[in-house]
Parts: sequence; C-alpha cells; structure tokens
Amino acid sequence: MKPDLLAILLQMVLLLLLSPFISGCIRNWKARLQNRRGPPIVQPYYDLAKFLRKDMVISEHASWVFSAAPYVVFITALLVGLMVPMVTTRAPLSLFGGVLAVVGLLALGRFFLALGGLDPGSAFGGMGSSREMTLAALAEPALILALFTVAITVGSTDLSHIVTTAQQSGWDLLNPAHLMAFAALFIVLLAETGRVPIDNPATHLELTMIHEAMLLEYSGRYLALMEWGASIKQLVLMALLVNIFLPVGLAPDGSVAAFGLGLVIFLGKILVLSAAVVLVETANAKLRLFRVPDLLSAAFVLATMALLSTFLFH
Amino acid sequence: MVMDITPTTLLTLALLGYVSGSLSGLVFLRHEKLANIFSFGFATLAALCGALACVLSLTAGPNAEAVYLQLMPTLIPYLQFTVHLDALGAFFGLIVSLLGCALSLYSLGYVRGFYGRKNVGVLGAFFNLLLLATTLVFLADNAFFFLMVWEIMALSAYCLVSFEHEKTETRNAGVLFFVMSHIGTGCIMLGFLLLFQASGGYGFDGFHALGERFSAAFHDRNNPDFPAALHQLLVRRDAAFLLFLVGFGVKAGIVPLHTWLPAAHPVAPSNVSALMSGVLIKTGIYGLTRVFFDFLGTPPMWWGVTVLTLGIISAVLGVLYALMQHDLKRLLAYHSIENIGIILMGYGAALMFLHTGHPLLATLALIAGLYHTINHAVFKGLLFLGAGAVLHATHTRDMEQMGGLAKRMPQTAFFFLVGAVAISALPPLNGFVSEWLTYQSLLQGFGTTDSLLRLMFPIGGALLALTGALAAACFVKAFGITFLAQPRSDAAANAHEVSPTMLMGQAILVAACVFLGLFPTLFLKVLDPLTQQLTGLQISKDLTLANGLVLSGVNQAGGTVSTLGIAVLSVGLLLVPFVLWLAFAQGTKTRIGPTWDCGLKGLTPRMEYTATGFSKPIRMIFKALFRPSREVQREYDFSPYFTTSIRFEAHVEEIFETRIYRPLQRLVLSLSRRMRALQAGSLQAYLIYIFITLLLLLVFAL
Repeated sequence: MKPDLLAILLQMVLLLLLSPFISGCIRNWKARLQNRRGPPIVQPYYDLAKFLRKDMVISEHASWVFSAAPYVVFITALLVGLMVPMVTTRAPLSLFGGVLAVVGLLALGRFFLALGGLDPGSAFGGMGSSREMTLAALAEPALILALFTVAITVGSTDLSHIVTTAQQSGWDLLNPAHLMAFAALFIVLLAETGRVPIDNPATHLELTMIHEAMLLEYSGRYLALMEWGASIKQLVLMALLVNIFLPVGLAPDGSVAAFGLGLVIFLGKILVLSAAVVLVETANAKLRLFRVPDLLSAAFVLATMALLSTFLFH
Repeated sequence: MVMDITPTTLLTLALLGYVSGSLSGLVFLRHEKLANIFSFGFATLAALCGALACVLSLTAGPNAEAVYLQLMPTLIPYLQFTVHLDALGAFFGLIVSLLGCALSLYSLGYVRGFYGRKNVGVLGAFFNLLLLATTLVFLADNAFFFLMVWEIMALSAYCLVSFEHEKTETRNAGVLFFVMSHIGTGCIMLGFLLLFQASGGYGFDGFHALGERFSAAFHDRNNPDFPAALHQLLVRRDAAFLLFLVGFGVKAGIVPLHTWLPAAHPVAPSNVSALMSGVLIKTGIYGLTRVFFDFLGTPPMWWGVTVLTLGIISAVLGVLYALMQHDLKRLLAYHSIENIGIILMGYGAALMFLHTGHPLLATLALIAGLYHTINHAVFKGLLFLGAGAVLHATHTRDMEQMGGLAKRMPQTAFFFLVGAVAISALPPLNGFVSEWLTYQSLLQGFGTTDSLLRLMFPIGGALLALTGALAAACFVKAFGITFLAQPRSDAAANAHEVSPTMLMGQAILVAACVFLGLFPTLFLKVLDPLTQQLTGLQISKDLTLANGLVLSGVNQAGGTVSTLGIAVLSVGLLLVPFVLWLAFAQGTKTRIGPTWDCGLKGLTPRMEYTATGFSKPIRMIFKALFRPSREVQREYDFSPYFTTSIRFEAHVEEIFETRIYRPLQRLVLSLSRRMRALQAGSLQAYLIYIFITLLLLLVFAL
C-alpha cells in the first residue's frame, strides 16, 4: 500500500537517465534515414550539461510565472513518470493517481509551459502557446476516450491494475478494439511530443514552430529543465503506449533477475516504438496547422470505433 | 447566563445580521462611509454565523436536534414561514455563507470605488437582502414561502444588476434577466401546483412523502392491472419534471436557457457578479437537487439521459463561447455555464443510476455534482473577485487593454492564477477532485445497463476532457493576456495593487480552493448526512483510503488519487533541480535583457499576442458553430502594399440568440401588438372582459 521509496528512486533515475537517450536515438536515426550523419546518440546529454552550466538571460518583461514554469513542467513530467508502470507491473505511485491524474498532470505542465511562452511578450511565444493549447484541446478527448476504452474493459483507471489485467488475460494485439485504440494513442503521442506531421522539433523557422516557439526566450538551466521535462514526457507517453498494449515482460515483483529482464525488454519495446516514430517523421511532411485538427479528429474517431467494437464484442 | 451556541442561535443571528446590514444601508443612505462599514460589516459577521451554523449542523451527527425556526405566525392557510435547516439546505447554506463572508469583506474595499459616483447605501441594502433571500431559499420548508423568497432574491438581484443603470448595456441586461427569471419562476410555480395537486399541501415534508408514492407507482407501472389514476400521477410527475427542469434551469443557466447569464453577470458590480455566479445560479442547482432527489421518487431513464445530455451540451458550448470573449467578466460568466454543465453531468448520471438500481453509484455521481457545486462557487467567486480587482485598478473589462499586471498587482495575480488552475481542473486543486469523481462515476456507469445508452458515459467522459482542455486554453488566455507580458494601455501600466480587505476576501477563497483540493476525504465526511438524506447511503468511508490520504472510486480497484500526495511529492521532487543546480549551475549568473525582437528596434505592446489572436485557431476549427465574420478596411496612398491605416472588425455569431431568441422576441412583440387592440382604454370594455371571464370560469367550474 505505501509508496515504496526505493522504487520511486529507481524509477526516477531511470526516467532521468533514459529519456535523453531516447531523444538522442530518435534524432540520430532520423538523420541516418535521411542520409545525414546526424548528432551522436548521446548529444542530448551534452546539451543538457551545457545548458545547465550556462548563464541565463531573462526577459525584462517576464514575471515570476516565467521562472516558475520550468520547475512545474519538469516536476509534473517526473510525477507522471512515477505513475506509469515501466519495468515492473506496479508503478511506484500508482496509489497516488491513475490515468486521470496522468492526463491532469500533463495538462498542468502544459498550462504553465503556455504561460511561460506568453510571459516575455514576444509574438512567437504567444503564437506557440495559442497553438499548443488548441491542439492539446483536440488531442485530449482522443487520449481520454482511448484510455477509457481500456479502462472500461478492466473496470479501473489504475494503470498498474490495467497492466496486470492485460498481462493475465493475454490480450492479443490483433483485437480490433485494441488496434484502433493503439492507433489513436499513437497519433496523440505524435501530437503531445511535437512530432512531425503536427509539429517539427527541429525547426526554428518562427512561423511554423509550436513547442519551440514557447521555449524561445528560455536559456541556461531553465531551458535544460524544459528540454529534459519534454523528453521525460515523451518517454512516459511511450511507456504508457507499449505497456498497456504490449504488457510482455513486465516484472511482476521486485526480484533483481525479473527486474533486469524487465528492463531489457522495456528498452527493446521503447526502441521499437521510437523507430516507428522515426519512420513516421521521415515519411511525412509537416501538415498545415489547420489540417492538424483533421488528423486529431481521426484519432478521436478511431478511439470511438475502438469503444464501439469493445461494446460489440462483449 | 451563557448562551448555548447551537445551529439555531447562530442561524437566527445570521438572519438578523443580514436584516441589520440591509437596514443600516438604508439608514446611512447619505453617509457612504458609514453605509459601507455597517452594511458590509454586518454581512461579513452574519455570513460567518451562517457558515458556522451550517458546519455545526452538518457535522452534528444523526442524533442531533432538527433545526426549525418559525419566522412569523401563520396568518394565511398553507403559507407557513418555517425555516428548516436539513442537510441539503445546510450544504447550500454553507456555500452562500462562505462566499458571502469573503465577498462582504472584499466589498468593504471594493465599493470605495463608487464613493461620490453611486449610492453605496443602496448597494449595501440590496446586497444584504440578496444574501438573506438566498439563504432563506435554501432553508424554506414550504413551497409558498420558497416562492416568496425566490422572488425577493430575483428582484434584489435585478436591482443589483441594474446598479449602474446609466449605461444602456446594463439596463438591457437587467431587463433580460428580469424577463428570463420570471419565465423560470412561472414554470416553478406550475411545478409546485402539480405537486400540490398530488399531495394536498405545500409543505416540503408532504412532497417528500409524495416521492415515495411516486416511486411505488413507478415500480408498479408494468403491472397488467395498473390503475389509470396512478398512470395519470406518473404523467403529471413527468410534466413536473420538465417544468422544474426549465424553471430551475433558467436560474442555473443551462444551454439553451442561458442567454441572460453572460449579459447580466458582467455588468453588475464585481462583488455582485461573484455572488451571482458563485451562489445565485446554485439556487437553480439546489432546486434541481431538492426536486429530483427528494420529491419526485425513482426516475425513469429518460430524465437522466436528458439531464446528462443537457449537461454535456452546456459544458462544451459554455467553454467554447467563453473562449471567444475578450471581456474578462463575460468570459467568466460563460464559464459558469460550462461548470453548471459539469454539475449536471454528475446529476444526470446519478438519475440514470437511480433508475437502474445502483444506489451506490448514484451516490458517487451525486457527490461528484455536489462537490463541483461548492468548488465552482469557490473558484468562480475567487476569479470574479480577481476580475473585480483588475477592473478596480484599470477601469476596464477589456483584456486587450490589459497586460503586465502580474508585476503591478502581484497578490491579485497569484490569487487569480490559483483560481485559473482550479477551474481548469488541474491537479492538485479542487476542480480536479470533483472532475475526477465525475469521471469515476461515468466510467463505473458503463456496466450498469446493457442498452446502447451506456455509450453515453465514455463519450460524455471524452467531452468532459474536451471541456477541461478548452477551459485550460481559455484560462491560459485569460491569465496570460491580463497579467503577463507588457501592459497594453496606460491604465494597465499605472495599475496598483488593491486594498487589504479586497485581498483578504480573495485569500479566504484561495484557502478554500486549496483545502477542498488537498483534503477531499475530510470534506466528503460533511457530505455524508446529505447523501443519507437523498439516497440513503453514506459512502465517505468507501471513498477514503490510507487514513484519508488517498481518495478512491467506490472500490479501490476502480482507481485512486491523492492530491495531497501529489502536492507533497512535488515539493519533495524540487530536490532534483536543486541537486542539478548544486552540481552544475552554482557559478552561473542571471542577466535581465530584452525579449528577442528579430533585430528590430525593440518590442512594443502592439506586437504582443492578443486575446482575439490567441483564440483564433479555435475559432477557425469550430467555425461551423461560431460563423465568424470579419471586415477589413485598408487605406493606402499609392499602392495596396503600403497601408497607411487599417480597420479590422471580427464577430462571432451567438447562435442561440440569433436563431432562437431574436425570432421569439419578434413573435412576442408582434403578438402583443395585435393584443393591443383589446386594450382600447375604455373602462366599459374592460368591465365586459372581466364579466366574460367570470362567466367562462363559472361554466368551467360547473
């Protein structure tokens, strides 16, 4: 019942250390697939260390909200990470919140991120905030509906409970309901992590960026916290996706051997999903802003169909 | 002799306090300072007594004495001035008292802005009268008395809305409020008459007993020899349901009966707007609760479906229209519609569960609705007070004129931010808790029925998520454009922090937001007597885990959440950035510099993102609903590429007004024009009308 301090620590270390690696992998593989050499996989670690050591420049128009935002973004990402089962079936903080708290905390981080974008008074930041909040508003119903579809079959919003049940009943991935819910969540993943058809993480062309536009005025350790928070969020959403729909290899208890095996399998699953993201990013061009709602409504429709088919097959 | 502090004495004190506050406002009509201090001082104390009375009576336990008060002797049959503080009344009484206390304290500072311009005594008198009438609405034990105080409430609210009557906008809003409010009252009256026909009295006890008869008849309805009289009883019950839904729905601001709300709330003085949005529309919710769960017995399925659907529509449309506003108070008013929708989603689910025979789930859904009711009162009150403080400091409600206030009004900015986080249903504050409960009941509801209707629950959940995310977008806009970046006008640039009493009023509500957010398990205990009264169950124990640290759905497997745990842990996790700072960043310096301006000559406030610009993507995406129109006029000297001046106008169509209310209004006006022929002005003709009417009535009676 009590949250296990050791488990919290371990998972936190995993989140902190693994998340830049995944970002690095995606960046590197994407470059390779596009016949570029690309930055080394460990580049994000260098970046973070560099940002942390740099002096900061803060806009003269910014208020305390600007300084609070990086902490909120970073800490909500960590908290969400502790609520999602990664290597073991039991997330260290599953008692403190399930699916709904995950969605809520992500929204809290986004809320402050958008305020941080507005605070320096630059038009870019405002544009980024406006677009981020709009797209999030469209992604969130699809996210909740897809998660609800899973939660309803299990009768619980507790992620550990969902994952355990999934493992026991041996759901096959070919179940149409699950395939569609997975597809919906995958689109939401792309939107939430600012990936290509929706946003371009590599662009610094002012008029097209969304996430980067909000970070434009951040520097030094605030930027480090923002970037790190974003990559933790990415890792967490990926973990959510792979562990709900493919709960293979999650360690049922805390034994070291099971934990080690679980870690290896988890890494493998995440890397496969990253590869899928890389493929999607390379094969697609960024959509025009007002075409993105179509994609996100497609996610919503997929989630609705997933729900309908659960309903029909039960 | 030491007086016992019982709920009864406290309640008496509270009512007397409001009366004295009202009278002192009138006595000191010519002394604005004295009027202010006395009327709002009395209101603060009275509200404090009222809050204490309600808390005492809610926590008194099942064996406590019932709180009855006879205000006046019965002179006319049926009309009894009895006040009965039962659990439901006490809960809503707590809301009005808590908010009344914070608002009155705030008003002490706020109404100074009216010195020399308007009569503060009148404001104080009607403010107290409104508080008194609203309290009595929650406590009335008799339909006649209820309608009387309901009417006093509506009239004093009308006077307060029209307080700044020199503006045309205010007068129009006042009249709209007056008309809509009376349409509602008419429906409620008819509803009570139907109940009177069935029960033979106007006492609420009689109505409660009637509920059991309704239930018995309803359970028996499929019997082959079901008597026709009972069948008619059920038909009357359905009619009463619809009448009450419309009547109380007008007051609550359910879409499509909401149009008066965004017109009337913004034009009133801000302390009154807070009272109207926080408490007054809750009288509609109170009425619905009282009638649905106490008087009408086991509901048929379609009631729940109707209420849930109306809730979803109100929530989504309320927030979408809110996004289009750049008048801060109007934006908040539209959010009230959204939140009423969320409350109704809980109520609709509860009605459906009562029908399908799942009292436990019904109680959970009801708790979700009630919890959101007090939450909305608290954070919407807070936000209106913040908006009032901004209005006080900048003399404008237009967000496009604001900006940079976080530096000039730091406390108000912080309080408003707390309110914004709470209303956007973000953890760990109170809005999240009640929406979490709503989600839980919707999720658990999927298993209660086999019909296709069960799809309503997850779809409702998804639309609730849409509402929450749009609300977050709206409050990023509201807070960001108002308080952040550079000031967009001189008024905003010269704004100053407001007076201590105004800040204290806000601080009380901030504390309430935090308490309701972090300690839900403590608060749920207060709801136990209430659910006992309405559904016969007490479930706070089922919702509490780990010594109250963790809130759970009806069973632990259904899901758990701990806002307190989240809050404590996030403070603990600050250690991580701290360690990072120790390891890497100790020697770094922070420099204040200009915002990146693309190498131009510095940013001006005109280059900032505006409120209209912020919501443009949403306006474009939902253009089928908004039907945005815009008009651009350019002037140029020699080539269109060198514009010398530009005029831009954008409009959003308020579909209910243009498509339903305007045609209706035209119809009513043209009908009344024809009716005017009857009203020729000759006394003889009128006497004939009266005579004919009498004859007709006699014929009917025979």
